[in-house]
This record gives sequence, C-alpha cells and structure tokens, in this order.
Amino acid sequence: MTMTTQAVSAPVKGRSLWDDAKDRLLANKAAVGSMIVLGLIAIISIVGPMLSPHPFDKVYRDYVKVPASLEAYPRADQVQPAFEALLKRARLSIDSLTETDGKITATVSSSREIDPRITRYFDRSDMFVNPSLESMSEDKKSAVLNADVNYLRFYFGTDANGRDMMTRTFIAGRVSLTIGLLATVVAISIGVVYGATSGYLGGRADQMMMRVVDILYSLPFIFFVIMLVVFFGRNFVLMFIAVGAVEWLDMARIVRGQTLTIKRQEYVQAAEAMGVPDRGILKRHIIPNTLGPVVVYMTLLVPKVILLESFLSFLGLGVQEPMTSWGVLISEGARNMQGAWWMLVFPSIFLTSTLFALNFIGDGLRDALDPKDR
Amino acid sequence: MTDTQAKKTVLDIQNLTVDFSTPTGTVNAVRGVNINVAAGETVAIVGESGSGKSQTMMAAMGLLASNGKTGGKVIYEDRDILGLPVRQLNRVRGKKITMIFQEPMTSLDPLYTIGRQLAEPMVVHGGLSWKAAKARALELLKLVNIPDPERKIRSFPYEMSGGQRQRVMIAMALANDPDVLIADEPTTALDVTTQAQILDLLADLQKRLGMAVIFITHDLGIVRRIADRVYVMKSGEVVETGEAKQIFDAPAHPYTRMLLDAEPTGTKAPVAADAQLLLEAQKVGVEFVLEGGLFQQSMVLKAVDDLSFSLRKGQTLGIVGESGSGKSTLGRAVLNLLPSTGRVVYNGELVTGRNRSQMRPLRRNMQLVFQDPFGSLSPRLTVGQIIAEGLVVHEPQLSAREREERTSQALEEVGLDPAVRNRYPHEFSGGQRQRIAIARTMVLKPELVVLDEPTSALDRTIQKQIVDLLRKLQLDHNLTYLFISHDLAVVRAIADTVMVMQRGKVVEAGSTRDIFEAPQSEYTRELMAAAMLTQQMASA
Repeated sequence: MTMTTQAVSAPVKGRSLWDDAKDRLLANKAAVGSMIVLGLIAIISIVGPMLSPHPFDKVYRDYVKVPASLEAYPRADQVQPAFEALLKRARLSIDSLTETDGKITATVSSSREIDPRITRYFDRSDMFVNPSLESMSEDKKSAVLNADVNYLRFYFGTDANGRDMMTRTFIAGRVSLTIGLLATVVAISIGVVYGATSGYLGGRADQMMMRVVDILYSLPFIFFVIMLVVFFGRNFVLMFIAVGAVEWLDMARIVRGQTLTIKRQEYVQAAEAMGVPDRGILKRHIIPNTLGPVVVYMTLLVPKVILLESFLSFLGLGVQEPMTSWGVLISEGARNMQGAWWMLVFPSIFLTSTLFALNFIGDGLRDALDPKDR
Repeated sequence: MTDTQAKKTVLDIQNLTVDFSTPTGTVNAVRGVNINVAAGETVAIVGESGSGKSQTMMAAMGLLASNGKTGGKVIYEDRDILGLPVRQLNRVRGKKITMIFQEPMTSLDPLYTIGRQLAEPMVVHGGLSWKAAKARALELLKLVNIPDPERKIRSFPYEMSGGQRQRVMIAMALANDPDVLIADEPTTALDVTTQAQILDLLADLQKRLGMAVIFITHDLGIVRRIADRVYVMKSGEVVETGEAKQIFDAPAHPYTRMLLDAEPTGTKAPVAADAQLLLEAQKVGVEFVLEGGLFQQSMVLKAVDDLSFSLRKGQTLGIVGESGSGKSTLGRAVLNLLPSTGRVVYNGELVTGRNRSQMRPLRRNMQLVFQDPFGSLSPRLTVGQIIAEGLVVHEPQLSAREREERTSQALEEVGLDPAVRNRYPHEFSGGQRQRIAIARTMVLKPELVVLDEPTSALDRTIQKQIVDLLRKLQLDHNLTYLFISHDLAVVRAIADTVMVMQRGKVVEAGSTRDIFEAPQSEYTRELMAAAMLTQQMASA
C-alpha cells in the first residue's frame, strides 16, 4: 500500500547536464546574439520570398542590373523617354503627352488605322500597366492612350538578367540553409552511428570499418562529385548525398574516438554486467555521452557545408538556374563586381553573417558543454 | 608538548577564508581558519571530503582555481604571503614550502626520466649545473629509500610503482630543504603496505631534516600514527584542535567523536552449514596476453591463477589484496565478464564459456557494484532510468508504471526518497550515488552480488552507512556477497570467510575470525600490521 502511494508522489524534476549547458549558453552574449541573427536570417529566408512583390525568377527586361536603391523605378526622367520609345515602336506619332501622379496620357495619331492591339507593346513593358485606348477618332487614326506607370522597388538592385536581387538572396538563403542543415544531419546521423558502432565493437570489426573510412577519405572530393553528376545528372538531392557522403567521415572518426574512451567507463561495464544488449548500450549509454562534441562539430559543419555547396555551385556543379544559392549569387556577383557591386555585396553579407553566427554559436556551445575547458 | 611550543612557529594561518563564486552563488569553502605549525612538528588536518581541508592549504599556497577569493593572513617568516604576486610567491612556494599530492600516477611527466624531472628545477631555479643537479637528485632518491637509485634515476615514471612514484614526489619536494612540507592525502591512492612505508619514510625524514609537516587526510589511523597536533575541520571551519592524544582519548566535539566512531564494527552472523551451495569456482584462471612488438615476445600475465572457492547462499566471501593482486579480475571472471579458464558453477549451471546472450538469463541473479560511484552511473540518464534499465532488459513485460513502482521501491530500500528518481547522478553526493548503484542491482532481486570495493571511494562515516545498508539488504533478501576490498576493517565487519590474494594466488583463506585473529602467512600478517593501525586505536 505504502509502495503505491510513494509511486504516485510527484517526483522532483532533476536538472540534467543539458539544462546546465543551456543556462551557460544563454549566459554567453555572443552566442545569444548569434542565435538571434541566425534566427532572423532563417525567418527572412523562409517568409521573405512570400512577402516580396517580385517572384524570384521573374525577369524585368527593362531593369537589367539596376543599382540597389530605396527609391522606386522607373525614375522620373526615365518615364517619358521610355513611353515615347514604346509609341515609336508602335509606329504612332505623339501629339501631346502629359504625366501626372503616375498616370501618363498621350494623344497619338497614325497615318493608318490604329490597331487596338498596340496596347500589347505597353503590356510587355515592365514600366507601364493598364494601357487603354480611349476616344478613338472617327477615322480611327488618332486616339488618347492612357497608361499607369508601374513603380517597382529593387532594394538590393537586380542581376544581369533583370531579376530582383532581394528575392533571389532570400530564396538562395532557403537553399543554402537547407543544404547546410540537411547535409549536416545526414553526415552526423551516419557518422555517429557508424563511429559509435565501430568504436564499441572494437577489434576486427573496428579495424574493417575504419579502413573503409580511410579509403573513402582518399577519394578526391571534386572527382567524386563530378562522377556523381555524370552518372545521375545535376540534381538538388545529389548535393546532400555528395556532401553528406564526404562529411560523415570526420564525424565517424570523432565519435569513434569518444566511444573508445566511453566504453571503458564503469557505467558501460555496469550495463554489460546487467546484461543489456549491445544496441541498448549504444543507444542509452554511449551515443548520448558523445553528443557534446557532436553538437559542437555540427555548428562548425553547417558553415563548412554551405561553403562546399557554394564552391560546387561556383564550379557549376551545384544548384541549377533559376534556383539559386548564396554560392551561385556570389559567383555571379564576383563576375559583375566592377559594374554592379550590389550583386556581390548583399548575398555576401547574408552568407558571412550566417557563417559568423554559426561559428559563435559553436564556440558558445563548446564552452557550455564542457565548462572545464574554459 | 612543551618542546614543540618552545619551537618557532614557521607557518601561521590566521583567519583564512576562501570563497568561490559560481554561477549559482558564492560558496564559502573555508570560513575563518586558524592553523599554525612549528618547526619539526607534524600537524594533521582531518575532515571528510568537502570540509575545506585541501582548499585551506591550496589557498595558502596561492593555488586556488581562478574563481576563488581569499581573505585573512598567511604568515611565513614574518611576512604575509597570501595574495603575493606570483613572482615573489615563487621564492617561497616550491622551495621553502612544498607540497605533495594524492595522485602519484599523474603528477610526474611521462615523457622525461625521473632524474631529469628531479634535476630540472635545480638547474633552472637553483642555478646548479646539470652534473651537480644529477648528483643531488641521486642523493635525494637515496634519501627517500628508493631501491637501486642509480638505475631508477634513468627510468621513466611508468616503470615505477605507485609507492615509488610517491617517493619521487617526496624527493622532489625535499630538493630545496623546505621548512614546511604540505602533504595532501599522500597515501590515499596507495596500498596499505605501501602506505605504511611512505608514512614511515615521512616520519623518518622529518626527524632527520627537522621540517614542519602539514598532513591533510581523512584517515584517522594515519593521524594517530604520525601527528603531534590535530585540527578537525568540518564545513570550512576548525571544530576542534589539540594534541593528537587528547583528540583521540577525549574528543570534545560531537563531529570528532563521530569520525572516531566511524569504523565499521561488529561481525557477520554465520549462515547455517547446510545452506544451499550457490556458487562454486574450480581452478578459475584469467590470463592477459601482453602483445609483443615486432622484436619482442608476447608475454602472458596470469592475473588469476587457478583459484577455487565455494559460496553458500547468504554467505559473504571477502577477497582481500593489494592493487594488482587480481581480486577485481576474479570478480569479473566469476560473472563471466572476462574470458576465463576453469569452471564457475552457479546454482548448478555452468557459467564459464557462455556467450553474451546465453549469459543474459543468469545476469539478473548475478549483479556487480563498482568502486567509483561517480563513474558507474551514466551521467545523461536520470536515476530512475538507471535503476529501471535492468527491468527493461530482464522483465520487458512490465508496464512503465510497474517499472516506476519497482524503481521507487528499490530507492526506498536503499534509504533514498523515491521522489528523487527524476534527478541526475551529478546532483547526488558520493554516498548517495553508491546507494543508487546498489538500488540498480537490488531492483532485479538478485541472489549473488559481487561488490568491487564498494566503499573505497567514500568517507569513513559514509562507509559505515553503506556497510550497514549492505548488511541489512543481505538479511532482508538472503543475499550472497562476493566482497572485494583492500580495506581490512570493512571486510572484517561484513565477511564470513576471507580469502587473501597476492599476485593472482590465494595466500591464505579461512573464516574471518581465524584470519584476523591468527593470520598464518607472512603476507597476511604484513597486511594486518599495515592496516591494523586503526583497529588498535579502536580497541585502545
């Protein structure tokens, strides 16, 4: 009877080592600041493209490589010349032209009948919307043409194809962060399981498993990627496989080393004496205790993977147009650096702040998880 | 007494305080301690772990961790050396006031020979030539009675035993003719016979060199043997001080009395002669093959050499021996955690030679408790998870709720509040952790428990509690113990029969009474002589 009442009595909640580490991490200003920065970048990358008025792959032919600006395009001095050029192309002569409040009105005339379909010239232009022909004269040779000026804002400017850099930077953020995270998760899951198994089993199994790692290490990475691309074609998923397949090797070695020390610990021997099967020992005793260094390595691996992806994309082996990533944007920006600085600067800011943030978080995590080393 | 007082006080610690600032607030480790030592005197500072005894001396030497703050005065040669800049402090520290530590295994650099490590400070600080320093090093090694010093001076730390390393550490501390030698638990990590030798050496050196010795220890047996005066510390304060004789004969403070009383007492009642035979070991042997290199032959080390014994239900077999005697290896061989030769029969079933899955059904009845309560509990699991793990393996049919009830019951049984089951091991003290480790084995209701030095890492008062707990559990559940220990006092209190082991062989075996009252072999007598210090005291 007493036994049951005790079992029901509310147990005291203990503080795990993870809780302690969390407190220490939250006391670290650089790490907290970095987490906020990283969080903002992630949110912008996810939400930004939805809120942006420009689709990431929309080409504005009239706005190729326009500089970043807070003011709207077209500029005041561009409106009339552009309108005139369009009318000229439609073979209309201008009798009068007035522009008020973003509305442009022109009386036009032609030597032939005016085809109502000429408004399409204006539809095709990025600068004007809602063109309409009004008060067509009897002989259909003169009319009033109304159109609204389409004001667009390119805060980060546009690229060499006339696509909005801001939306593209955000979209690129999605891609880079996804690759960074997913490839890291892939690498870590394989590496932790492989390394822990190898280290725990020891002996011949360990020898074999680690020699496999050594052989994979000796494959040149770029060669490996080119081979994959040749066989399977360019593919987003291929990126994870390529990056993950290379990066788990480090992880496996780190975890194996950790496991070798942990399996000599008495609590592992205690579990063995208890008759716990290998799987249980790995799952409950060894892997949780290797996670400290793994978490730290993860924060360092994410930037590494992002850089790797950038490098692959730079070589043209990575993400394909119109999709983009920070690496692709930066490589394009680097090509256009002289004439269009904004194409390089904005994606670079995002990439570097992400990398900085991740490194600071990694640093903070290392201190938090292993306070002895400080 | 009068002649020690007449001598000049060499080190005078006045009102020393040590505070550590931690993220969870300030910890007052030492609160206003006054300690003084005269030349040629041996002063012991006694207390349990956490009493601040080590921190007091660390603070005096300026060796505190970076978050520590000190207050008060430490007077040496009419000068306050507390908080001196490192450069000035180093003129005193390591030369005139030197320290030796508990762990002789890690305090020597494994990459250099003993001679070099002894000579280097003399060359760098003392301005001696290498030749002169080497000569002095040899002299020091002779002083600390290292056998064959001419050869040992060229050997590396790993070639020496723990006791020899501690001798080297002492030699190092003596290099500059110190006025004060601070010994921080210098014998705790050593075997009893080695411990006695080191203590003799220290006493002898003090007599010859006339320095003052401050001896920090938790072991009252040592204190009684060597100390002139004693300071008893508890929670950062000196609760009692006086001549050693007075402290032992007429302790004034209840804490001192408790410490003196902490020796496990009583003996175990014998079991009926016709009790069921539970465990039988016949010619059990364990060999380790030391792999030779390319040019070396492999060596075979016989850790356990054809041992036989039998255990009846409810009995306790105490296995006694120094480190390296193979007693822990034997315990693991019995549980089939190591490959062994010979036959171990448990309850009519052959244990030897089973593989892991064949072994699993037997595991729940044969449990193991480890020495180190800090290492044997998985740090990332809660206490409840740790205890329930055996149930998950051996009784998978139990529901989570039933498991929790059994866990609570086991915690209750070892004297812990079941409400702590969601806490983590690091939130408990050493004694509590050992209770948790015992609860982990008890939850499966085993028949045989191998206890591998379960009390060695604990304070004396806690040891006594754990011994009491083990006895109670044995009575309640009719448990059979294989009790491995180097601590004769504990073994005497808990075992029916005792087996003394040396280098893998049984030196002597018999009933506890016979062994303790009339030891037959030379080795057993030696062990007794070294360890019986405390017993003599208790009976005095």
